[in-house]
Amino acid sequence: MTDRAFAVLRPGALTTVQDLGRPGHAHIGVPRAGALDLPAHLLANRLVGNPPHAATLETTLTGCAVRPHGAVTAAVTGAPCGVTVDGRPAPWGAAFRVPAGAVLDIGRAARGVRSYLALGGGVAAERVLGSRSADLLSGLGPAPLAEGAILPIGAPVAPPPPADAVPQPGPPKELVLRLRPGPRDDWFAPAALTALAAGRYRVASASNRIGLRTEGPPLSRIRRAELPSEGLVLGAVQVPPDGRPVVFLADHPTTGGYPVIGVVPERDLAAAAQAVPGTPLRFLPLRRAR
Amino acid sequence: MRVLPVGDHALLVELPTGEAALALHAELLRRRAAGTLPRIGEIVPAARTVLLDGVEEPGALARRLTRWEIPPAPPAAEAALTLSVRYDGPDLDEVAAAWGVRPEEVAAIHSGAAYRVAFCGFAPGFGYLTGLPERYATPRRGTPRTAVPPGSVALAGPYTGVYPRASPGGWQLIGTTDAVLWDPGREPAALLAPGVLVRFVPEPAS
Repeated sequence: MTDRAFAVLRPGALTTVQDLGRPGHAHIGVPRAGALDLPAHLLANRLVGNPPHAATLETTLTGCAVRPHGAVTAAVTGAPCGVTVDGRPAPWGAAFRVPAGAVLDIGRAARGVRSYLALGGGVAAERVLGSRSADLLSGLGPAPLAEGAILPIGAPVAPPPPADAVPQPGPPKELVLRLRPGPRDDWFAPAALTALAAGRYRVASASNRIGLRTEGPPLSRIRRAELPSEGLVLGAVQVPPDGRPVVFLADHPTTGGYPVIGVVPERDLAAAAQAVPGTPLRFLPLRRAR
Repeated sequence: MRVLPVGDHALLVELPTGEAALALHAELLRRRAAGTLPRIGEIVPAARTVLLDGVEEPGALARRLTRWEIPPAPPAAEAALTLSVRYDGPDLDEVAAAWGVRPEEVAAIHSGAAYRVAFCGFAPGFGYLTGLPERYATPRRGTPRTAVPPGSVALAGPYTGVYPRASPGGWQLIGTTDAVLWDPGREPAALLAPGVLVRFVPEPAS
C-alpha cells in the first residue's frame, strides 16, 4: 500500500475536500465550489509548503480524524480547535509532523465553524473539471469524507517554510457584511435597504455551503411579478418569498429566480463561513456602484 | 439594453427578449474568440439577461457594451446536434390535452421544431431549449416528481429540457433519449451548452 494516502477514522459532521473551486463553468450550470474560508485554506497550504491550489480538508463544527499511511507535514487553520497526534497535543495554526500510521485528530471547533487541514502534497482526490472540490449542490467532485475511506496524498512540491506564527482573525462575535446594492433592489420598497441595515438578523441553523441563511425581519417586495431566472454571483443576497435574505456562498446555484437586493464583497465571506448559527448579523449597505 | 452593476466585479445585462439575450451571448462569444473582449471570468446567459462575472473594470465594459451593434443570433439552419428520442413519456396525455391535440401527435409537433439552448441551470448540463412555437407552452406538473430518470425529455413553459442525471423535477415528461448529456470527463462536458442548436428525431416505435 502506498505511503501517500490517509484513512478516514472519523469523518465528523461534514468534512469535504476543497481547493480553489471550478470557476468558469457557470454557463453549463456548474457551481464554483471551493473552500468557504479562502484565507484559512491558503494559509494552511502555505504552512506546509503547498501551492494555493492544493486541496485541503474543510471540517464543519466537529472536526475529523485521519491516519496518514506515511509520515506527512500537516497544518490546521480556520476555526480554532484542539489538534492531537496519537493523543498528544499538536499546534493549531502552525506546521507539524505526523509520523506514519499516527492518528491525527482535529477536534471540535472551539469557536467558528470550519477548520482546514492541509497535508504536505495536498489531498489528491480525482479532479473534476479541473478541481478537487466537493460541490454539495450538484454532487460534483469527491464525496464528503466517510469512515473507512482512503484518499491519496500528492507529492510535496516544496519543504514547509521556516516556522512562522501567523495571526488569524478570530471567528466573528457579530458578523458584519457589507452590501453593494443591486441589481434588483428596485424590486423592494424604497425603505428595504434601510430596514436591512437596521434589522437585527441572526445566522440561521439552515446555513450551509450553498448559502448563509438568516433569521430576522422579512424584507417586503413591491414587485410581485415572477423574475425570469438570471445568473447569480458569489455573495449575492437573494430574497426568497419568505423575505429572509440568503447570502450565497461557494456552492450556490448558477441561476435563480428570486430578486438579488445586493452583493456582499468576496472578502467578507470568509467571516460568513465561520459564523455559527445564532451569531448576530448586520448588513452594511455601501454606496451604489456607478 | 440595460446594464446593471452586480457587486464590484460583475454586470447583469438585461434585454427585452430571450432572442436578444441569445444574440448578445453569441456576440460576446464571437468577440471573445476574436480576442477583442477584456478578460471575463464567466459569461452566463439566462432567460432575458446575460451575466458577466469576474470583470476587472465593469464600469468601462458597461459603457462599451451599450454602444455595440448586435446582429441577431445566427439562424437555426446550420448544423445541429441531433438527439434521438422515444416519445414514450408518462405525461404525453397531459401535454396533448394542454395542446389540444391527440397524444400520438405530440412527437411530430415536438420534433418538427428547431431548437437552441438558450441557457443552462438547475443542474450541470441541464439546458433550457427554446424553439417550440409559443402556442405549445406547457404548464409544469402540479406536484413535482421526486425522481426523474436521466435522459428524460421534458417540457415546462416555453422550454424543452433533457434531464442529464436522475433528479427530482416538475417538468412534463414526453420522451427519453439515450444520449449522454453530461460527462465531466468529456470535452465538452455538457452537450447542451448555451447557443447549441438541437433537433429532436423520433425513434421508430419498436
